[in-house]
Amino acid sequence: MIDILIHCALALLMPPLLLGVIAKTKAAFAGRVGAPYFQPYYDLIKLFRKGSVFSVTTTWVFRAGPVITLAATLIAALLVPLGRHAAPVSFSGDMILFAYLFGLSRFFTTIAALDTGSSFEGMGAAREVTFSCLAEPTLFFALITLARMSKSLTLSTILTHPTPANWLTAGASMLLLVGALFITLLAENSRIPFDDPTTHLELTMIHEAMVLDHSGPAFGIILYGAALKLFVLGAVFANIALPVATGNSFADWGIFIASMLGLAVTIGVVESVMARLRLVRIPQLLVGATILSAFAMLLVLR
Amino acid sequence: MLFALVLLPLLGALIALIVPDNRLRPLILPVIASIHLVLAALLLGNTPGPSAGGWIWLDPLGKITLLSISLLFTVCAYYAVGYLAYRQERSNKILCMGLLICLAAMSLVTVSQHLGLLWVALETTTVSMAPLIYFNRNARSIEATWKYLMLCSVGIGLALLGLFFLAYSTFLAHHDATLLLGPLMASARDLNPSWLHAATIFLLVGYGSKMGLAPLHAWKPDAYGEAPGLVGALLAGGLVNCAFLSILRVYQICLASGIEIQFFQKALIGMGLISMAFAAVFMARQADFKRMLAYSSVEHVGILAIGLGLGKGALYGALFHLLNNGLTKGVLFLSSGNIHRSYSNKTTDVVKGVLTRLPWSGGLFLAGFIAITGSPPFSPFISEYTIVSSAFIEGRHWVGGLFLLFLAIIFIGMALTVLPMVMGAPPADIEPTDYRDKLLTVGPPLFLMGVILLLGIWPPSFLVTLLQDGAVMLGAQP
Amino acid sequence: MSAFADQLLVLVMLINLVMLGTSRLLFCIRAVALQGVILGILPGLIHPISGHLIGITAVIILAKGVVIPYLISDAVRKAHIRHEVEPYLGYVPTLLLGAVFTALSFAFAETLPLAPEHKDLLFIPASIATLLTGFLLLTTRRKAISQVIGYLVMENGIFVFGLLLSEAMPVMVEAGALLDLLVGIFVMGIVINHISREFSSIDTSRMRTLKEE
Repeated sequence: MIDILIHCALALLMPPLLLGVIAKTKAAFAGRVGAPYFQPYYDLIKLFRKGSVFSVTTTWVFRAGPVITLAATLIAALLVPLGRHAAPVSFSGDMILFAYLFGLSRFFTTIAALDTGSSFEGMGAAREVTFSCLAEPTLFFALITLARMSKSLTLSTILTHPTPANWLTAGASMLLLVGALFITLLAENSRIPFDDPTTHLELTMIHEAMVLDHSGPAFGIILYGAALKLFVLGAVFANIALPVATGNSFADWGIFIASMLGLAVTIGVVESVMARLRLVRIPQLLVGATILSAFAMLLVLR
Repeated sequence: MLFALVLLPLLGALIALIVPDNRLRPLILPVIASIHLVLAALLLGNTPGPSAGGWIWLDPLGKITLLSISLLFTVCAYYAVGYLAYRQERSNKILCMGLLICLAAMSLVTVSQHLGLLWVALETTTVSMAPLIYFNRNARSIEATWKYLMLCSVGIGLALLGLFFLAYSTFLAHHDATLLLGPLMASARDLNPSWLHAATIFLLVGYGSKMGLAPLHAWKPDAYGEAPGLVGALLAGGLVNCAFLSILRVYQICLASGIEIQFFQKALIGMGLISMAFAAVFMARQADFKRMLAYSSVEHVGILAIGLGLGKGALYGALFHLLNNGLTKGVLFLSSGNIHRSYSNKTTDVVKGVLTRLPWSGGLFLAGFIAITGSPPFSPFISEYTIVSSAFIEGRHWVGGLFLLFLAIIFIGMALTVLPMVMGAPPADIEPTDYRDKLLTVGPPLFLMGVILLLGIWPPSFLVTLLQDGAVMLGAQP
Repeated sequence: MSAFADQLLVLVMLINLVMLGTSRLLFCIRAVALQGVILGILPGLIHPISGHLIGITAVIILAKGVVIPYLISDAVRKAHIRHEVEPYLGYVPTLLLGAVFTALSFAFAETLPLAPEHKDLLFIPASIATLLTGFLLLTTRRKAISQVIGYLVMENGIFVFGLLLSEAMPVMVEAGALLDLLVGIFVMGIVINHISREFSSIDTSRMRTLKEE
């Protein structure tokens, strides 16, 4: 019971902190002080207090987009085990639901973008769909590999299965998976090297372009949803990359929080040392990530 | 003594490196080659036992190959002195060194009983011949050199993998991986069939591409076409023989294993027929007569493969053909080299009336053409006839029939190129060159022609015995 | 120990895929050198230590990791090139084809039985996958240097298999094979130099004059 409460509390409250940590890391690299850690919270509060402006060319789809996106991501957050604890909702085969919840949210973001009739949104939507089409097989191969290793189709079991002992025996596969999943993490959350979240030039945007027309609370929902997506996918990654399980429940929560913050710092570092890739190179990198996870799957299936 | 066969040409190569004078250097070639030939003849007479732990020995198959290589090389060496006198504009250091290193490597191929050593020697021949193709230093010859180097190296690499598979199969059988021919043949029945099969395929592909069996022959027309006639003769007569010997060793192992031989024979016949078909198709309307000779080489490699694949009576024919093909190609390539020098061109729209302009070289080229297409009284007729008659005797009517059909087409195709070349009058507007038929450029091929005639009319008894011994080693009934 | 050998072989196969996807030639050369060094380390992991083994390890690392990459980089420098031009088959399809070949080599390896001490090791899949990668590089790239690198990768693949036999194979043969490889690469480097001088480029698609009409 306590675990479920902590799970929900973390899932609801922690995501914007991740964004704050990433921004602080980038500022540290740039030699600035940077915004405070809790800045994203202040931004969200500010946005929720504003009024909304909706274009007359939009329909109900435009208003529904952010809401459905957030709803799907929240359900996904309920499916993912955080730390080494089982998720509140779990059943056999929920990993498929997990992958397709993200598909659903992406779909609604995209059609909300198309609904505005603006060319920038359309361009962003086209790019986003192409790249996520290439990134999805990676996620699936990774899930299949993990399912094979743990001989179960439940997300909770799959993600709590890797232990340091596993790493030693199947080290190569795990390394490949970690690499592939990290690339997918960056791609799905529109971070550098796939997309620059701080750019203001519309022609270079992928994800940002899709949400140009949203304002006020709707934009706040989108921002929070993106942070929640980063949190959920990051939790999946952390379970595989840091398979530490002490027996103690609270120690595990502590380790989990620390690993998420560590992941945020890592993403910040990656964003600071790399530049965004040329758009023609992105498919190559994504195909490379797919091949890495397919290779890991091949090694495990052998 | 066996080591001397290999070390002597290496010594010659060293001398060629040191001698600074471009005029004197070619003289090393006939000297070393003559000593080598005498050594080979002595070894054929009284063969020493195996040395170096069984790695080095001269068995009948090796003797046949050594005889053909040494004889051809000696003749080419004498020719080289005359030829290089005309090509003084280039340094012939690389050419002389390459030729001698190649002779050393080819001799090593004939005496190795260890398949790994055989492979190393064969790879050495590939690499040492590559710079020689580039002797003419133009864009076409560098393209030919690159193709040759790439395709032959890849082929040899695959052969190495096949050797490793073979060694692994012995490792599986009795925990003692070996590549010595004797132990391999002795334990051939116990070898794991799937490994042996995989090994055979890779070895056939690898050594077949080195020999020029279609469809792995793509480098041949370019390499033979662009190399000087001298180099072409050694490629077509020397390297082909060495690669064929490697395939013979594989054949011996397959024979000893009992089951693999059926597949190997079928594959050989298949590739042999495809080679003859390729040659038949591409020989027609071939304007460049050196490329035509390359396709003729593809055809004869095919004939060798078919002879080997048929087995039994055809084996004698295949082994005899090894010798005949090498010598006849020597005649053809050397005389074509002379023609090329004289006309400065190697296409038939310019080269006409060779019999008038160069009576000796033209006559030799014509005689060589008649010999290589299998006309009596020359020796290729005997070997080809043995193979074909064996095919019909064994009931392989389709193989025999296709063989004859391809021979006929090739005869017509080659005649369509050769006859217009040698007959008629030389074109009036041709630029004069300073090439004239001299003793050293005509004598050697003439000598070879004499040998071929002799072998066709009256093969010496020691040769017949040697060929029969070789055929027995390959499974023919004595 | 043999599990570690497995992980190294996975690394070898990864390097293959990386080489298929990159267009930077010096990076490719370093990748091949790294592959060669790994091949040098591998015999030490699966065979008991002996003088023969140490000698072979040293020679392989020296030849494949130092000398051969040096020869090729020299040829690259003399020809003044840095990048591969657009190959006959695009990078992404090549990468996918390489992944397919790797999967196929796993399937093929199942059909060949291994000795008990070599069971479940990745030698055969790694060997065949590397061989096929070398073929891909050899046939789809335009620049002569890339073809030489493809040939080297192919030889590495053959060598991987040969490592299973290094206890049983005599030194002479291994040394001879390595020496031949060295000399072959040396000659290729010289030929590339000549090509570059003759055509002012080492784009082999320019060498098209010799063909049947």
